[in-house]
Amino acid sequence: MKRSKKVYVAFLLPALFFYVVFMLYPLVSSLGLSLFSWNGYGAKTFVGLANFRRLFGDPSYSARFWGALKNNALFFLFTVVLQNCIALLLAAFLNIRRLRGAKFFRSVLYIPATLSIIVVGFLWSLIYNPLWGPLNHTLGAVGLGALKRAWLGSPHTALLAISVANAWQYTGVPMIMFLAGMQAIPDELYEAASLDGASGSRQFWGITFPLIRPVMFVISTIVFVSNFSAFEIIYAMAGTTGAPNYSTDILGTFFYRICFGQRLGLQPDMGVGAAIAACMFLLIGVGVFFWFRIYGKDGDL
Amino acid sequence: MRLNRKKWSWKIFFVYVVLTLYTIYTLYPIFLMIATSLKGNLEIMQNPSGFPRAVTWKGFETLFRRENFGRYFLNSIFVTVVSSAILLVVSVMLAYILSRYVCRLSNFLYIFFLMGMMLPLRLGLLSLNDLLNSLGLIDSLWGLIFIYVAMNIPFTMFLLTGYIRMIPVEMEESAFIDGANTWTILRKITVPLIKPAIATTIVYNFVPIWNDAFFPLVFVSTKSRRTLMLAITLFFGQFSTDWNLVFSALTLACLPVILVYIFCSKYLIRGMMAGALKG
Repeated sequence: MKRSKKVYVAFLLPALFFYVVFMLYPLVSSLGLSLFSWNGYGAKTFVGLANFRRLFGDPSYSARFWGALKNNALFFLFTVVLQNCIALLLAAFLNIRRLRGAKFFRSVLYIPATLSIIVVGFLWSLIYNPLWGPLNHTLGAVGLGALKRAWLGSPHTALLAISVANAWQYTGVPMIMFLAGMQAIPDELYEAASLDGASGSRQFWGITFPLIRPVMFVISTIVFVSNFSAFEIIYAMAGTTGAPNYSTDILGTFFYRICFGQRLGLQPDMGVGAAIAACMFLLIGVGVFFWFRIYGKDGDL
Repeated sequence: MRLNRKKWSWKIFFVYVVLTLYTIYTLYPIFLMIATSLKGNLEIMQNPSGFPRAVTWKGFETLFRRENFGRYFLNSIFVTVVSSAILLVVSVMLAYILSRYVCRLSNFLYIFFLMGMMLPLRLGLLSLNDLLNSLGLIDSLWGLIFIYVAMNIPFTMFLLTGYIRMIPVEMEESAFIDGANTWTILRKITVPLIKPAIATTIVYNFVPIWNDAFFPLVFVSTKSRRTLMLAITLFFGQFSTDWNLVFSALTLACLPVILVYIFCSKYLIRGMMAGALKG
């Protein structure tokens, strides 16, 4: 078939236009903005690394930044451990050949992932409500009243409570990815193992687990990227200040406060905001780099 | 032998118990949301966890009569439908050339677009703000539409390219010899063949576009241009003590997605699986 260059360009341009103008350009130019000082409108002045110096030198910024980074790391850790463990267990169960209704379970367990993060956040704030929320209510009813607490009100439990809500929503995603990975493993491997007398759990740790480790890596990277750019779940459950006492403040909420703080009566500082975004970009860039080494190398399929 | 079989079925029983418990854990919050939307505020305090004793539709009535939710609903539908349509057309064209014109440029472009799957656009918020301002697209539904198109091109391209590569090229070639141009071939031959992949991408993109609250929160300020998710985000702070009203709003916002999911879950799961197998 004859290939015309004109057709190629004509078919490429619309997608290229949207992708470059509304995605790549803003991302790249935001990095550049971190070298300028301005108040969100009006002229920009080139200030070199001054924004970064203020972000890391001014204690009112740097304390928040390191706090947010620590919370973000914990948020990621809680989520990735909860999600991967539960999803792996569920997928291993659903992969049992004799199990009936696997498709039903699979579809139902994916439902929360289709909800809006905002909705999930508000929904779990109700569940955690200290006075009459169903969680405390249930704990009281089963004789565990001593465990009742203001889950979102205490700096010790708030971040973990939010991570649980986040993991509740997204466990279905890694579950399905694990399941897809498991179903791609050829039966012969298991048949050979059975002939050698390997038990079900030995087959899991000896065959299944090593073969789906790449899937686990992909999932962890996806969670990494989405947690380090997260915002809505904290906004919905703890507000833009990461209440209580900044214990749930993550980079996304910090960035939002610095750039759009006028809604909270703060003076916005776009320069420092851009510097925060640049740091987030760097962090996520490291994650994407590892992702691409695995995911993108067979690009020509 | 008998002992062994007994042990096995005991294990299966255990698996069912765990799966059922986890399913209850998964569904209970959603049940709670719907139940709370049908309870009066007094009943929510007295009976927070069970079925409603006296069903009330007051919350939903208030949403449409007093809070203009019909408008927000239409805004969300407009944004979702228009961005899905644009997204589909540009991505099908892109995927077609990337899979049919095998050359180094195509390989490069494939990676170039694929990269976007892992780039969170929200980090470019400040420049995006400037850009929309200068294009007059700030505080406009069209601004949101263009953002959603750009954001979702990478995955849509990825899925469609994989699919088009699997279908044989002979029919297109014979149509070409008969004098059809590429656009006609794409419309009349390729698109009908990749319908399942198209359905998958539509459903798969519908969910995040409908659910997004972030970009409207930052870019939309006029009340009549709020999307449903933005309205809910702002609503929660404003009426945080009127739980019945808030949960009616949450239920309403989830309804379309849950309905779509019930009818199209196989497409969504197919999309997920395609993503997983690549790794």
